[in-house]
Amino acid sequence: MKITSWLATSILATSLIISGSVLAEKTLLNVSYDPTRELYQEFNAAFAKYWQAKNHEKVVIRQSHGGSGKQARSVIDGLEADVVTLALANDINAIAEIAKLLPENWQQRLSLNSTPYTSTIIFLVRKGNPKGIKDWDDLARSGVAVITPNPKTSGGAQWNYLAAWEYGKQRYGEDKAKDFVGNIYKNVPVLDSGARGSTTTFVERGVGDVLITWENEAFLALKEYGSEKFETVIPSLSIVAEPPVAVVDKVVDKRGTRQIAEAYLQFLYSEEGQEIAAKHFYRPTSAKIAERYAQKFPKIELFNIDDAFGGWKNAHKIHFADGAHFDQIYLK
Amino acid sequence: MNNFKQHSILPGFNLALGFTLLYLSLIVLIPLSAAFIRTAELTLPEFWTIVTTPRVVASYRLTFGVSFAAALVNAFFGLLVAWVLVRYHFPGKKIVDALVDLPFALPTAVAGIALTALYSGNGWIGQYLEPLGIKVAFTPLGIFVALTFIGLPFVVRTVQPVLEDLEAELEEAAATLGANRWQTFAHVIFPILFPALMTGFALAFARAIGEYGSVIFIAGNMPMVSEITPLLIVTKLEQYDYAGATALSVVMLVISFILLLIINLLQWWSRRRSARA
Repeated sequence: MKITSWLATSILATSLIISGSVLAEKTLLNVSYDPTRELYQEFNAAFAKYWQAKNHEKVVIRQSHGGSGKQARSVIDGLEADVVTLALANDINAIAEIAKLLPENWQQRLSLNSTPYTSTIIFLVRKGNPKGIKDWDDLARSGVAVITPNPKTSGGAQWNYLAAWEYGKQRYGEDKAKDFVGNIYKNVPVLDSGARGSTTTFVERGVGDVLITWENEAFLALKEYGSEKFETVIPSLSIVAEPPVAVVDKVVDKRGTRQIAEAYLQFLYSEEGQEIAAKHFYRPTSAKIAERYAQKFPKIELFNIDDAFGGWKNAHKIHFADGAHFDQIYLK
Repeated sequence: MNNFKQHSILPGFNLALGFTLLYLSLIVLIPLSAAFIRTAELTLPEFWTIVTTPRVVASYRLTFGVSFAAALVNAFFGLLVAWVLVRYHFPGKKIVDALVDLPFALPTAVAGIALTALYSGNGWIGQYLEPLGIKVAFTPLGIFVALTFIGLPFVVRTVQPVLEDLEAELEEAAATLGANRWQTFAHVIFPILFPALMTGFALAFARAIGEYGSVIFIAGNMPMVSEITPLLIVTKLEQYDYAGATALSVVMLVISFILLLIINLLQWWSRRRSARA
């Protein structure tokens, strides 16, 4: 009897020591979407330095990337993300609605709709633009192969789809938009599950004439693979893509990381954070930094999802739900 | 009384049987029943609509059709490989033998990426096939290539030991009785190998049906054309449609179970037939 109780005490003591030493170094998990790898690598290092200088506490930020929908599902299924930085509000909505890990009004908690940086959707074509692609119309022409991921699994692809739809609507009228988008998707030979997969298909496998993608992803491809192989094409109209960020309340309260998680997201809005975002081709929301990097981002006529589609929930129901517009394209 | 108890070499029949049942329940039955329970959230008409939409039906046809074709090809070439490995001696045989297992060990995603790089329009092999009008990557043909790759070891490894045990005397006896080579193969060797070959076929087939990692990279994933059922399940999960995803899983489970049952029955029948002969 005595031995067992002694054993129990010593096990308890050891585990306390171990957990104590773990506590000395805080960790934070940022669950993000596909193209933000490079952005957060640099941002995390900057934040760790900032936090160390301010609070004399070491923080290690781990990052996880993948298709936005898949990442949200991992969090719903129990991946302990302190913060989520996903491709679209709808995926964070799902975490709030299904797993109830954060309140449904999460998007009102941080300024600018919880969107510290924005992006938009542009085209990447092969050098010299052999198919003469200038605008969305050219993607619907026969003989042009278009690469875009599957909107059912990729957040980026939903922005692509909605941008094309709005263009079709403005150019040809409300009732023709569906056919217009249908014609674009008839030109798609491969539907990858995420934005990075599509970039690989286009860049590495040499499939397709044009890649519809995030502006930041297009510029990154130019940087990585050289502008002698690819060039960007800016369409006449595109969408403001707002990849929002949120603290996951239930997780940070359980892990005791709320303070640091909130500071982490606030740091995205800081001058330094905005500058890092701009360097990685995300459009900064701070006017000052935006001005500094103005020549980097082409001027495009932009519309936002709330005005054109009445918000994400509506857009999802009409376009991406089972049996909705996107599914109908393939059933004809 | 207790006939089998006396004949058993290992003691503790009851304990062993109990353990087997418990183990199978924990590892196989309970996770599977979870799938069925999740589907119970749906009403029957809802379930039926989900599992019979044209896109889903197209994916069943693709998954089971291509898996069957790949397993069939593997049954033929796997037998050939096993035969060569058992009956012939050549330098580097050990290495070739080890190569056969590689598709087992390789992460399937790696296989998928490697095959896609090889067969896409600018790949080593793809660049020669494309001008001939043969597209492999991003078509159902690509899925077939991937499934053939992952299925090969199953046939080789099930047929090989049976071939090794096959005594050369049997063939010599057939020859002395006047059988020509073909007759010896068709009437002596093949019936002995057939049950093992069926097992290998069934394993390769089952593996191909469930394969996901290698296929998504090479398939192109176009709705109605090159979308496999496991991909649709994952897509539904990513749309947060858990009930829909499990509904498809249940259909796959049931079809797979029926097919495997048929193959097992065939095996049993052929074993009995060859035992009588």
